[in-house]
Amino acid sequence: MGRYVFKLPDVGEGTAEAEIVAWHVKVGDDIHEDQNMVDVMTDKATVEMTSPVTGKVVALHGEPGQMASVGSPLVELEVEGAGNAKANGQAAPEKKVEAPAKPVATPAPKPEKVAAKPVARAAVHPATFVLEEGDRPLAAPAVRQRARDRGVDLRLVPGTGPAGRITHEDLDAYIAAGGRVAARGGGTSYAPREGVEEVKVIGLRRRIAESMQNSKRRIPHFAYVEEIDMTELEDLRAHLNKTRRDDQPKLNVLPFLMRALVKVLPAYPQINARFDDEAGVVHRHAAVHIGIATQTANGLIVPVVRHAEARDVWDSALEVARVSAAARENKASKEDLTGSTITITSLGALGGVATTPVINYPEVGIIGPNAIVERPVVRGGQIVVRKMMNLSSSFDHRVVDGYDAAEFIQKIKALLEHPATLFMD
Amino acid sequence: MSERINTKVLIVGGGPGGYVAGIRCGQLGLETVLVEAERLGGTCLNVGCIPSKAIIHVAGEFETMAHAAKAPLNGISLSAAPKIDFAETVKWKDGVVKRLNTGVAGLLKRAKVRVVEGWAVFSDAKTCTVKTKDGEVTIAAEHVILANGSVPVELPFLPFGGKVISSTGALALPVLPKRLAVVGAGYIGLELGIAFRKLGVEVTVVEALDRILPLYDAQLVAPVAKWLEKNGVALHLGAKAKGLGKDGLAAELKDGSTVDIAADNILVTVGRKPATEGWGLENMAVDMDGRFVKVDDQCRTAMKNVWAVGDLVGEPMLEHKAATQGEMVAEIIAGHKRRFDPMTIAAVCFTEPEIVSAGMSPHEAEGEDVITAVFPFMANGRALSMDGGDNGGFVRILARKSDHRVLGIQAVGAHVSELSNEFSLALEMGAVLEDIAGTIHVHPTLGEAFHESALRALGHAIHI
Ligand SMILES: Cc1cc2nc3c(=O)[nH]c(=O)nc-3n(C[C@H](O)[C@H](O)[C@H](O)COP(=O)(O)OP(=O)(O)OC[C@H]3O[C@@H](n4cnc5c(N)ncnc54)[C@H](O)[C@@H]3O)c2cc1C
Repeated sequence: MGRYVFKLPDVGEGTAEAEIVAWHVKVGDDIHEDQNMVDVMTDKATVEMTSPVTGKVVALHGEPGQMASVGSPLVELEVEGAGNAKANGQAAPEKKVEAPAKPVATPAPKPEKVAAKPVARAAVHPATFVLEEGDRPLAAPAVRQRARDRGVDLRLVPGTGPAGRITHEDLDAYIAAGGRVAARGGGTSYAPREGVEEVKVIGLRRRIAESMQNSKRRIPHFAYVEEIDMTELEDLRAHLNKTRRDDQPKLNVLPFLMRALVKVLPAYPQINARFDDEAGVVHRHAAVHIGIATQTANGLIVPVVRHAEARDVWDSALEVARVSAAARENKASKEDLTGSTITITSLGALGGVATTPVINYPEVGIIGPNAIVERPVVRGGQIVVRKMMNLSSSFDHRVVDGYDAAEFIQKIKALLEHPATLFMD
Repeated sequence: MSERINTKVLIVGGGPGGYVAGIRCGQLGLETVLVEAERLGGTCLNVGCIPSKAIIHVAGEFETMAHAAKAPLNGISLSAAPKIDFAETVKWKDGVVKRLNTGVAGLLKRAKVRVVEGWAVFSDAKTCTVKTKDGEVTIAAEHVILANGSVPVELPFLPFGGKVISSTGALALPVLPKRLAVVGAGYIGLELGIAFRKLGVEVTVVEALDRILPLYDAQLVAPVAKWLEKNGVALHLGAKAKGLGKDGLAAELKDGSTVDIAADNILVTVGRKPATEGWGLENMAVDMDGRFVKVDDQCRTAMKNVWAVGDLVGEPMLEHKAATQGEMVAEIIAGHKRRFDPMTIAAVCFTEPEIVSAGMSPHEAEGEDVITAVFPFMANGRALSMDGGDNGGFVRILARKSDHRVLGIQAVGAHVSELSNEFSLALEMGAVLEDIAGTIHVHPTLGEAFHESALRALGHAIHI
């Protein structure tokens, strides 16, 4: 029997470290060659690490959420024959481990849940029993089912039976007392909820958390909200959707907003920019690469529609659909996910009056359309019903002045309210 | 002809997971379509539990008669050795299976479940297409229950075909082989290997690990090992199958030497794997948990309203787990509050003698302060009266020392499979030793050994 040390291989150009996101083996497991041992996450991809040998797992290094550097030991195996390590666990240098690394098509795993721990209730109930950590309440299946039907957490119910078994009568008494806790107030049939679930922030969620914190810490945001009369644009949009060709996509508001942005941005070069605040240089871009904030099963991802200035509304719509689908299916390329110069984030479909969007660092501006709602407005002294939309936006006050930002948004408003001008030079 | 069906519930797989879900959906008034490519009843009914137990039963009868033909057996003697026409046995077994198939079809019909025959392929999570003999059917559903089951694992260097057979092949052999090599000493390999041995076949078992039936602890397995030895089953532990040999199976033994095990058939039972290929699982955006489809304790997958049950979702790959999950999912879809939270899923091994295990094994209870008590069948009247007292069988009970709560119960011995449900019931009800000790057990039964094991744990067994 020898020892085989599996080290984190080089998983991609220039990657020095990767985050451990999920273990698929545990110490004591007998595993075979090519069995998946651990998923690690690099910049953009989750990679499955499979075992190059057959053996028994004797040690794992690192926990989900921790970073591992390339070349550091991840898994130690006991194998038949000599293995690649001396008995003291040091890897023998002569046999190099090349791990077969293949990208995983499935989305990165969700943050791991740490099992909720039962709450000991000794203080409230004159203890007939105290549940130990990880213990399940002792009750017959019929009692468990009744508790489930009534929404009662059996861990909170004191059992009077042998070994603390919860009887039907115990459950009845608990329910009758309104979960005991409420009994003093006169009693209700609602049981209290208790317990805390710990969810580790790892993988994509951690990425999002870090980048949001980075944006908010580094960028002095200011927000600006304006309302826009979308009635005419909505008429045009309805018309276009009705008369579109089979090969043309259905249009929502997004491609029109993109069109407005690319028309106005040349006059505001400081807004279509990336601010390298460490070097103290603002990179003002001629091209307009629009980030599209997209909700995926795993969290927020911002794929990019490149060169929006060179796309008409149809093409913009198609490209938005392509990149956001790629992001949702975890198939987006690096190209699809980097290099945006300004971002649109839309929660419009969910409603809401205004948002204060967080800038996608190192960009300097972000636009967030809100829901279109029909509301009464005054036009020429008359109250009329119009389709109104609020447009929320945030800018980096270090490089964008409030005055310029307001002017910029007003120009966008003018274009959207007179949709023909969107298409005039 | 092509047809489109829209339904509330679509079930793929007519095994115990799928058909039980179907019947329960029907009972709950949910419009349901079930797709099955082969035969209703799935692995369990057609090529698993039922046919294997039928063959095991016949093997037991044959062995008894063969014994009586050699020397009088408790007063019975036969003047000639029994003969077996294995093709007839298989026919009888097929009849049993057929009866059950028809039964399942009838139950589904009564529950108003529409059965579509063919292989379902999913284009997205809620839509599949089935090529039936009457044309293509596209089915779209609000809820999808995946119950695709499992398939035998093939060894790349011993692909199924010719003399190399899976458990399915072994249950349908046209003639009995003279010599059978079994690769893998898990429960399926040993159940079948022992049955064939009883039918007079020369059996050799090759197992890579150092022990048989790794699911059970050494103490439980010992009587089976003893039977194998006494009955001339050659057992190679720590040995690896290598491929076809000149005359049978080439294997490398523990000492490194290579042998050619003469065999007319090579039965490969190295495990089963979830059936995840060839039906568009990749188009459904569900998460995986290793090889299995990942589900939570309500059998929900990562995709909304897509559910998965049975062998497809993980160990233990057992009929009663699949069926329980199928029933539960139907009820959840119908709006009931259900959760899969059994105290135990007992496992039975129909070897000679039989093994049953429910709850914690002594190994799993390590670290807890427990009382363990064993009661041997040697001291049980019923076992002796059935000639089942001398095979090393026993009942073992494990309880927590502090409050006597029963944590685990195991048994090995003739017919102990029938005790499994008493064991499960005790664990589910949260029994303490005193509950079992205080339950009058019928005399003479094997269950008395369970009663006595509890008494023994309390320090006052009567019959030992
Ligand atoms: C030899 C043997 C002995 C066994 N003995 C026991 C035992 O004693 N006790 C026990 O509890 N368990 C036993 N088992 C295990 C038991 O058979 C399984 O656990 C059980 O059948 C699992 O049920 P299931 O519904 O998940 O899947 P299955 O029974 O495997 O059913 C799945 C069904 O889905 C169908 N299907 C799959 N994909 C598609 C598709 N795309 N389109 C249409 N149809 C599809 C298949 O044709 C199959 O009929 C045994 C198994 C074997 C092989």
